[in-house]
Amino acid sequence: MKKLILLSLMLIMPAFAVASAGPKVALDHIQTDAADKASLQRGMKTYVNYCLGCHTAQYQRYIRAAEDLHMPAELVAEHLIFSDQKVGEQMTNAMDSKLAADWFGAPPPDLTNEVNLRGADWVYTYLRSFYVDDSRPYGVNNVVFPSVGMPNVLLELQGVQSKACAQVPKYDEHGSAVIDSLTGKALTVESCEVLTVAEGTGSMNQAQFDAAVYDLTNFMSYMAKPYKSDSQRIGMWAILFCLLMTLVFYFLKKEFWRDVH
Amino acid sequence: MAVGNPNRPKADSGIIRWIDDRFPLTQMWQDHMSKYYAAKNFNVWYVFGVLSLLVLVNQILTGVWLTMSYEPSAEGAFASVEYIMRDVEMGWIIRYMHSSGASAFFIVVYLHMFRGLMYGSYQKPRELIWLFGMAIYLALMAEGFFGYLLPWGQMSYWGAQVILSLAGAIPVVGEDLVQWVRGDFLISGITLNRFFSLHVIALPIVILALVVLHILALHDVGSSNPDGIEIDQNKDENGVPVDGVAFWPYHVIKDLVAVGVFLTVFCLVIFFFPEGGGYFIEKPNYEPANSLKTPEHIAPVWYFTPYYSMLRAITFPLFGLDAKFLGVITMGAAIAILFVMPWLDRSPVKSMRYKGWLSRVWLAIFVVSFVILGYLGTVAATEGRTQVAQLCTALYFAYFLLMPFYTRMEATKPVPARVV
Repeated sequence: MKKLILLSLMLIMPAFAVASAGPKVALDHIQTDAADKASLQRGMKTYVNYCLGCHTAQYQRYIRAAEDLHMPAELVAEHLIFSDQKVGEQMTNAMDSKLAADWFGAPPPDLTNEVNLRGADWVYTYLRSFYVDDSRPYGVNNVVFPSVGMPNVLLELQGVQSKACAQVPKYDEHGSAVIDSLTGKALTVESCEVLTVAEGTGSMNQAQFDAAVYDLTNFMSYMAKPYKSDSQRIGMWAILFCLLMTLVFYFLKKEFWRDVH
Repeated sequence: MAVGNPNRPKADSGIIRWIDDRFPLTQMWQDHMSKYYAAKNFNVWYVFGVLSLLVLVNQILTGVWLTMSYEPSAEGAFASVEYIMRDVEMGWIIRYMHSSGASAFFIVVYLHMFRGLMYGSYQKPRELIWLFGMAIYLALMAEGFFGYLLPWGQMSYWGAQVILSLAGAIPVVGEDLVQWVRGDFLISGITLNRFFSLHVIALPIVILALVVLHILALHDVGSSNPDGIEIDQNKDENGVPVDGVAFWPYHVIKDLVAVGVFLTVFCLVIFFFPEGGGYFIEKPNYEPANSLKTPEHIAPVWYFTPYYSMLRAITFPLFGLDAKFLGVITMGAAIAILFVMPWLDRSPVKSMRYKGWLSRVWLAIFVVSFVILGYLGTVAATEGRTQVAQLCTALYFAYFLLMPFYTRMEATKPVPARVV
């Protein structure tokens, strides 16, 4: 019995230990929270205001988001739908993808599955990594996605971000901070790749902006797997039931095999 | 007046008797359940056959329900899977049961096959059971391959593209053959439709038929056991093998414990880790198939990766054949050689318990090589990795090709008369 459990675990575990191909840039890690409905609601507001104009979420229905995010359907229809769409419809837009390809180099992708595709950390870091680059058609480039065709749509919130020179902590080849053995302080080196926002150019300060992007990413994570909280709730009961069933079978087996020698 | 065949066991009266006079119900029940005796010393390795059957039923049932909402067309396939995941009531559970079930199928089948290798379950008189089993494995690989195209994601598309292009390496007819299989100049809706047809009709029928043959052959000669003893040779006065217990209820109850453990782990996967860390559902498959955009790194699903590694390991032409074709031959040979397993093993004993240390070492080498090849197939090839893959490929074949020699050479331990 013990062997069996161990064996099953050993079979399954290695599958989860290995991550897929690593990103080229260190991504900022966030913990998304499907239970934080207020964050999800704010995220959806940001999505429909700043993203939906170009990026459809064609597999996500407004009504499903309204139910899952605990919002009355009338309020969603009134405040979050800017077209003549009905609340039962999917979150699409009127952008012509052929024209969009001319404008941006490629049509803006649908974002329903973006977090499934690239991960929440990627989206969170990407949206905060635009910087001024006059060589690009829209005047900005991105550290996470170099030469991306997308303009910095959150600029009015974040402000103007550019690369500047500053002292940054020094890391050894293993990625751990180098400490001065005499003073015990972390050593620094000058880097000219530090993203800095020009003071007063955006409507939010950095903490507010990070929180707004977190909410947006949280909403996009919800959209990627709208069944996730259902899955975790049902999953707990399903596993509990299976364990109980296994226990019953185990004692039944013991009873039946009592007379086998 | 007696009705029907008088020479078979029948119930005394009632509805079962009525059926028995017209259909061998009681006889079948006895032959396959209540009077089918299997050794009482089965260990944990003997549960994977039943678990394979369980997963097969899971795949068929969830497949039936998926087919109700799936749309097999290049325009609608991807969206219909999203529709199943989002709009169909409980659709996400059904889809995850099916997608994780595919991986679970290969996990239990690989363990089932390993049991066979370890305890010599393929040896006389069970050669046909092994051959039917290998045919199931082959059909299962085809089933998995066809099924993987259906979600019509980027990895579906490009994975199929890579595998289909292998046939193109066959000299002279290769390119025409690939085009014939695809039904088009590139993988398109036509390919998708025929793969759908094969996946939901042709192969399930083949697999079910082969499973019936596999079990009929098994129940005719009887199950082997970890000691490799024929329990039929020791019967009591009633003709019941002294080392055996009836399949019903003893083995059924025992298997149910394994079923419980399996379902617990399975639920853990489908509810909490349905993507299996990117191995059960690969990330690029969240993007619809695009024939103009090749993904950075194409890897087949994990259960094909050992063979994929072998294909990539052949980087040199030989005997006037180019490297790619040679790789395809190697892949094919790696599977084909499993079929002749019963005739490669010349050992006088069946079980690893009584074979010599050479057999044990070679089995270990085989397993380690297979696992390493499997891992290498999931990552991008580098020069060093290719060399490791070449070594593992050589060891994989050595396990089989040297078997006639080391199984005869080594000293075996005496096999006890009764199970331990």
